[in-house]
Amino acid sequence: MKVGIPKEIVAGERRVAGTPKTTKKLVGMGFEVMIEAGAGAAADYPDEAYTAVGATVAPDAKTLYGECDVVAKVEAPTPDEIPLMRKGLVLISFIYPKRSAELMEQLAKQGVTTLAMDMVPRITRAQKLDALSSMANIAGYRAVVEAANAYGSFFPSQFTAAGKVDPAKVLVIGAGVAGLASIAAARGLGAIVRAFDTRAAVKDEVKSLGAEFLEVELEEEGEGKGGYAKVMSKAFIEAEMALFRAQAPQLDVVVTTALVPGAKAPILWDREMVELMKPGSVIVDLAAAQGGNCELTKAGEVVVHNGVKIIGYTDLASRMATTASQLYATNIVHLLDDMGKAAEFEVDTDDVVVRTSMVTHEGEVTWPPPAIPEPTPKAKPPAPPPKEKAAPVAKGPSPFRWVMPSLGIGLLILWLVLTIQADEGRSSVQAREFVQHLTVFVLAVFVGWQIIWNVTAALHTPLMSVTNAISGIIIVGGILEGGHTDELTAPVILGVIAALIATINIAGGFLVTQRMLKMFRKDPEVGR
Amino acid sequence: MNQDVLLALSYIVASVLFILSLRGLSSQETARRGNLYGMIGMGLAIVATILDGRVDAYFALIPAVAAGALVGIWLAVRVAMTAMPELVALLHSFVGAAAVLVGLASYLGAVEAGHHDAVHLVEVYIDVFIGAITFTGSIIAFLKLRGSIGGRPLLLPGRHLLNLALVIGAIALAVPFVGAEGDGGLVPVLVMTGIASLLGIHMVMAIGGADMPVVVSLLNSYSGWTAAAAGFMLGNDLLIVTGALVGSSGAILSVIMCRAMNRSIWNVVFSGFGAQAGAKRQPKDGEAPQEVFEIDVPNTVAELMEAKEVIIVPGYGMAVARAQHAVRDLTNLLRKNGTNVRFGIHPVAGRLPGHMNVLLAEANIPYDIVLEMDELNDDFPETDVVLVIGANDIVNPAAQTDETSTIYGMPVLEVWNAKRTVMMKRGRAAGYAGIDNPLFYLENTRMLFGDAKATVDGLVTELRAQTQAEAA
Repeated sequence: MKVGIPKEIVAGERRVAGTPKTTKKLVGMGFEVMIEAGAGAAADYPDEAYTAVGATVAPDAKTLYGECDVVAKVEAPTPDEIPLMRKGLVLISFIYPKRSAELMEQLAKQGVTTLAMDMVPRITRAQKLDALSSMANIAGYRAVVEAANAYGSFFPSQFTAAGKVDPAKVLVIGAGVAGLASIAAARGLGAIVRAFDTRAAVKDEVKSLGAEFLEVELEEEGEGKGGYAKVMSKAFIEAEMALFRAQAPQLDVVVTTALVPGAKAPILWDREMVELMKPGSVIVDLAAAQGGNCELTKAGEVVVHNGVKIIGYTDLASRMATTASQLYATNIVHLLDDMGKAAEFEVDTDDVVVRTSMVTHEGEVTWPPPAIPEPTPKAKPPAPPPKEKAAPVAKGPSPFRWVMPSLGIGLLILWLVLTIQADEGRSSVQAREFVQHLTVFVLAVFVGWQIIWNVTAALHTPLMSVTNAISGIIIVGGILEGGHTDELTAPVILGVIAALIATINIAGGFLVTQRMLKMFRKDPEVGR
Repeated sequence: MNQDVLLALSYIVASVLFILSLRGLSSQETARRGNLYGMIGMGLAIVATILDGRVDAYFALIPAVAAGALVGIWLAVRVAMTAMPELVALLHSFVGAAAVLVGLASYLGAVEAGHHDAVHLVEVYIDVFIGAITFTGSIIAFLKLRGSIGGRPLLLPGRHLLNLALVIGAIALAVPFVGAEGDGGLVPVLVMTGIASLLGIHMVMAIGGADMPVVVSLLNSYSGWTAAAAGFMLGNDLLIVTGALVGSSGAILSVIMCRAMNRSIWNVVFSGFGAQAGAKRQPKDGEAPQEVFEIDVPNTVAELMEAKEVIIVPGYGMAVARAQHAVRDLTNLLRKNGTNVRFGIHPVAGRLPGHMNVLLAEANIPYDIVLEMDELNDDFPETDVVLVIGANDIVNPAAQTDETSTIYGMPVLEVWNAKRTVMMKRGRAAGYAGIDNPLFYLENTRMLFGDAKATVDGLVTELRAQTQAEAA
């Protein structure tokens, strides 16, 4: 198996899909690795670093595509690259299938199997392959760095001999992976950070990073499929806009990161809000490539409106090519690892991760993939939540499963008995009494069922001995049978013996329970 | 009439006290108070019954109750905590026996009074039937737990048919019993008692030693239903309520135990699991016989002294060797040393639900470091040393990996994720389930052979010497 890493030819792309570190891992997994000459140069990885860990160097893309079984790229292939690909090639790259119908047609026609890194499902197992999150994290950080660069003052508050400088006030809209990275970076620089997100679930994460979570006074849950936010109602959006307008005059920096999958990015920061901001303020729009969250954003450019700089770079991750390449390439290593390493490498269309990210296969466009079960809608892995011990309430199966059928059977038997004995006068009294007892019995089973599930497992042995003791209540039967005459008839003798035996249970059961329970003790002071 | 009301009121109070008693067991803090409620409830019920106007045969009752109380106290004071399963089983049998006697007494009493009432007769019949099964089944369980009978299941040919025939026979005898005039029903009911006794014996004989926790909880449940049946028979709501409480308690325990072994009740009762004990998996052709790595006491101590996180997993072997006090000493030394020691308890460790907890409590080990499987199963990767003392099947990785294994799917303590697992074992035999344990052959597993008590004592002595040497 030969894995090829070509040089990215899209203008401005500095990233590369393999680094010396990941090459070493691939070689360790049994792959041969071939890189195109100069592939890593823009990300500061010289060819020698690759050859040092066992890669071979292809002089040009043609050689590389001709010899490799798997090619890993960053940007989607251009029309120049596609003819170089041979049938059966496995191509791993960003594709963005929603806006690349024609590209996928061509790839399918070429017989290429394409795995789109941007289609990796957001499920727990695939988190280590989630290149979008890797890149969003970098973009979020870089957005703040760009903002700080364009902003004419300090981020932190400063007390100098020449006077006090106020800290920058930063608003981050959207607390996804990118948003949280922005919040962390801005906090790290010392700014006052506020964040807004329609999903209430992220509030704790925002707060844990030291930012203030802005809320609108309207109850609506914004959690959508796959951990993205959904489109909100009109009333909510109006409340949100009012909030932003109130904030705008105070803010120095706004970072917008709101993306709705498959749709044009929502306009959250309109012209009016821009005009409300102080001259010298900075807006960084991470959604620029999808049309922008700010009305005035121009993709790939910096626009200045009323003295407010609106940064619409679409290559934020690529601006940190060294690390961006390393993370992206690691995602690819994980994917190849999951696909069976070199020895058992296979495009397993039954594997949900492979199937979901696969957009062309065996001459067909296989996008969109079949729906997968709803992923856990967690925005991203937060710090592990504090281990709270949920009260072990009634975790057992419902007693209805047992009681209802037996109740039915009991009533059926009762009906039969009543029918058979219908002519005897006494039986109706008996039957009525029986039903009363049955009611008591069924209710007691319910009560018992509820209570016993709450008994802690450590006390199961005392539970058994105490139930032993109280089932000695049968002594009451013995006393009633054996106690109502002073002649020594058979029932009396039997009753008395029963009472004797039951007393053993009562005394033994309670006493041994007491003995056991006395032994359970809490942890005393350390170092006994 | 007034008397009836008084009795009924006392019974209601007693029922409530029993419910509170069981509720008290939801935590260690409230458990003792719960037991006290139970005693008060019982005392109230007995006194109220004895003082009832219809009861006057004190000359027989008082000596009987006194004698029973003495025996009970003697049993309770004398029993070793390791022998709790036997005592519990024995007490179950008493409930069964008492129910049979009360049932027969109730029948004969009705005959004397000249009542002939089908509903009552059916109730008597059911009470005696369940009571007899509980009685003999518990006796067999008691003998098995005590070791008087081997733990191996007895599998007669055609045993399912035999069970079925016994049940059908018992049901069929109900017809002459209910139909008989005078005391003519006595023979059928006695024959049926015999049949039910056989059924009880046969059912428990066919169950393997490893399934004893389930059997004991099942019999616990039976003893409750027996009491409830007696309540129906006597028209006594207190018996019904108490019986239902005990019955559901036993049923829940059985469910918990079965879940902990990933098997159904039917499978436990009817499969004869563990019969193939000793059938060790032979190494396949070309597969070298696997090696275990042994370790001695000084080296174990050295590892323990390095460790920050230690988890001790006790099993039945600890109970058999009565090593719990030595384990306590070991725990205290390690904790003094700054090591975080915790205990991991599998739901079916031992021969009784919660058996290990009681033993550790007896040895004065604080219950807040004794955790359930689910509470610490995720912590093994961060654990430096796991000491497995006399447990085998509950730490068997085959339950997760080997689909052919009989215990596949059973939840187990994932001790193999720890940096080091020390298995203390008496010998090289397989566990009660009779299956090989791949854990023994893992690279990070060390085997420490020997009697659990002697080995742990050795560890304590060595550890004490080492810490003192270090302090000096």
